[in-house]
Amino acid sequence: MNPNDLAVEMKDIVIEFPGVLANDHVNFTLKKGEIHALLGENGAGKSTLMNALAGLYKPVSGTIRVKGEFVNFNSPRDAIAKGIGMVHQHFMLVPTQTVTENILLGLREPRFVMQLKKYNQEILALQDKFGLFVQPEAKIWQLSVGEQQRVEILKTLYRGADILIMDEPTAVLSPREIEELMDTMRSMTRQGKSIIFITHKLGEVVDIADRVTVLRKGKVTAEGESMQGVTKKDLAQRMVGREVVFTIERTEREVGEIVLEMKNVSALNNRGLPALKKVSLQVRSGEILGIAGVGGNGQSELAEVITGLRDCTGKITIQNEAISNKPPIKAIKQGVSHIPEDRTAVGTAPNLSLTDNTIMKGYRENPIGDGWRINFQLADQHTNTLKEKYNIMAPSVRTPAGKLSGGNLQKLILAREINSEPRFMVAMQPTRGLDVGAIEDIWALLLEQRQKGSAILLISEELDEIFSLSDRIAVISEGEIMGVVESEDADIDEIGMMMTGMQLERE
Amino acid sequence: MSIKLRIEQRVEDVPKWLPIATSVGSVVVAFILGGIIFKIVGGKPLQALSFFYQAVFGSWAVFSDTMVKATPLILIGIACALAFKMRLWNIGAEGQFYAGAFGASMVVLVPLIPEDSPKVIVIGMMLLMGMLFGGIWGFIPGYLRAKYKVNEIITTLMLNYIIINWNNFWIFDQWSDRGFQMTATFDRVAWLPRLADYAKEIPAFSGVTLHLGVVFGLVAAVIVWWIFRFSRWGYEIKLIGDNPTAARYAGINISRNIILVMAFSGALAGLAGMAEISGVVHRLQESISPGYGFTGIIVAWLAKLNPFAIIPVSVLFAGLIVAGRELQPAGLSFLLQGIILFMLISSDVLLRYKIRLVRTGEESA
Repeated sequence: MNPNDLAVEMKDIVIEFPGVLANDHVNFTLKKGEIHALLGENGAGKSTLMNALAGLYKPVSGTIRVKGEFVNFNSPRDAIAKGIGMVHQHFMLVPTQTVTENILLGLREPRFVMQLKKYNQEILALQDKFGLFVQPEAKIWQLSVGEQQRVEILKTLYRGADILIMDEPTAVLSPREIEELMDTMRSMTRQGKSIIFITHKLGEVVDIADRVTVLRKGKVTAEGESMQGVTKKDLAQRMVGREVVFTIERTEREVGEIVLEMKNVSALNNRGLPALKKVSLQVRSGEILGIAGVGGNGQSELAEVITGLRDCTGKITIQNEAISNKPPIKAIKQGVSHIPEDRTAVGTAPNLSLTDNTIMKGYRENPIGDGWRINFQLADQHTNTLKEKYNIMAPSVRTPAGKLSGGNLQKLILAREINSEPRFMVAMQPTRGLDVGAIEDIWALLLEQRQKGSAILLISEELDEIFSLSDRIAVISEGEIMGVVESEDADIDEIGMMMTGMQLERE
Repeated sequence: MSIKLRIEQRVEDVPKWLPIATSVGSVVVAFILGGIIFKIVGGKPLQALSFFYQAVFGSWAVFSDTMVKATPLILIGIACALAFKMRLWNIGAEGQFYAGAFGASMVVLVPLIPEDSPKVIVIGMMLLMGMLFGGIWGFIPGYLRAKYKVNEIITTLMLNYIIINWNNFWIFDQWSDRGFQMTATFDRVAWLPRLADYAKEIPAFSGVTLHLGVVFGLVAAVIVWWIFRFSRWGYEIKLIGDNPTAARYAGINISRNIILVMAFSGALAGLAGMAEISGVVHRLQESISPGYGFTGIIVAWLAKLNPFAIIPVSVLFAGLIVAGRELQPAGLSFLLQGIILFMLISSDVLLRYKIRLVRTGEESA
């Protein structure tokens, strides 16, 4: 192909972060006037690659050509000068200023007098051209998320971008807004713009993309394939891969009575959009139910409704005792343990000591909780025991929890949550960001709990983890359970299909 | 080769003595800076310092005066420390102080109890009413914050003006003593015992105005210290203060704690108002506080929210108030207060960062 027909050509791009090869010799091409989907799981290296194109990162090696010309970006400004604009997932707008003011922000013109009337007209003209309507005089805080996104797009267009990178633009939108966005994208390509569309949703790729590049763990698994030539199943497989890094002994066990029962549970996310849609699940004693899915498909909300941190409709019971829509203390008293997704923001208090952190759930109970007072001497002893038993590396039990490394912090949380001998446990991303040794420790601890008869709900984006630990696997996509399978006869391709939003089709 | 200062983030734990050293250092530096300014405007700093010492600690009578001024600061400092520990910004201690004064005055002026009740009953009742009214004045912003997420900084600040004008209504109109902007002096039965009351038995106490209120302050310090150190409630307050999300996850009812802490904080400030009315002014009048409620905020911070450290810090600030009455120019003591606060805030950097001297030649090596 003639390099001059390409809007972007990235060759052999290598980007390294401490300890991670984020992009491993990645090739990527964008044709003029096409919509090119960049597909991959969270952490596959999509955003990293695009940040290199937008001038935010510098690749260790590899070359970038824009419109046939070799470029070497030192800052986003250089990339903008070459017509590359990025619409970030998190908007960068000033809420109290108008649409026009936000678009003009940081530009050389106007120099002193704002001349808003004149620029409002210019922006209206730009809107007409691309079908991106939003009132120029409106203040950002008055706009819906979809409209704010249009402002972000207008910002890049106003700066003369003809190559647009859109980083998971649909993640924050409602279905109606997604449709409008797709229309806008089509109209932009008709006007000669080229678009890179980062996503992890297969359905959207099929709807809109001309070509697709798939990344998995920093490597290209499908390079700029035309959408006519590939099947969804094929893409799903390339996205999730099939190798399992290590397997762990999982003994057979008779499952016991139903511990957790969820019936038609629906919940909204923080932005008021539906995050869980009529979820029904059962977890039995001595069983690990794995929840597989791409991040942001309702997993956080699922963990929160069970632990009382989020309201919902429908019914959740633990051993026939209703716990939905009750304060978190109710679930704790019912023997629900929770390994939260976010160790630092939710799981621990960073400036308080290890002791203060280990008694967080149990300080009400004898003998540590003793009427109005807390027996801190006993609490220290108890913490010391846990520190030994779970091999938590810290100078002393008086050390602030915030000084611990991620792995040790996670062990601290596990020690606390397991030590209460829970009947039911929600483990969300229990090994995220940990090294192999710590992962094995934590897996062993979870299996030990299963052996003791706890019911465990394991929510993870790591398929290896789901496959290694689970007795049954449920797949969640856009807040819906796509299907539940026994892990023995689970097929990774099938799981991959469900993760990208397709219902389980077999009986 | 030159020497450069380098600021590095602290990795290891902060040594125990350092917070104390920075607090004391802030005060010392503030006095030195204050002295320099005093010199520039044409004063004699050393003489002023010795005068300051005389005016504050010079004799038992003078020191007692300082302690009388320290009493409301101790109670209000503790009230603020309690709320600040949970990161609730109660800056309405001034209003809660007035509310407490009003509640205590009601006992005498309405009157709520028969006029011939024994002293124990009258004082006990005033104490309860003072704490109740201060508590209500803390409960309101606490409730609004817990239920409707209304910013407590705004509400506590605004409630200050409401209660001050409410008090004015009563002293200008309903309870006015012959048209003066004050109520009639309370009967002695409503006065807190003072050391001077025992001058007959112990002549040295003659003229010493120190009253029972200082004991309230000391008891409050012990109780709140115990709460912070050993109690379940104190643990919940610490946890909410450090990470409210984690506290919610641990099953703690945050709304209830916000309301409780604000009400208790208000009650302590109200107690300060009661002690001032019953121990010093002996009637309800305008301007019973030279800004105790705001100075108490500084006191709590300077003491790093430690109830026991609040006591000496209150004495220092009381000294500044006392000296301010006698020292010219009178603004000097406000100036010192301001500089102390400024020094204190800047010294916090030392707790988070280390300063190292580096030879530039060494650095590149």
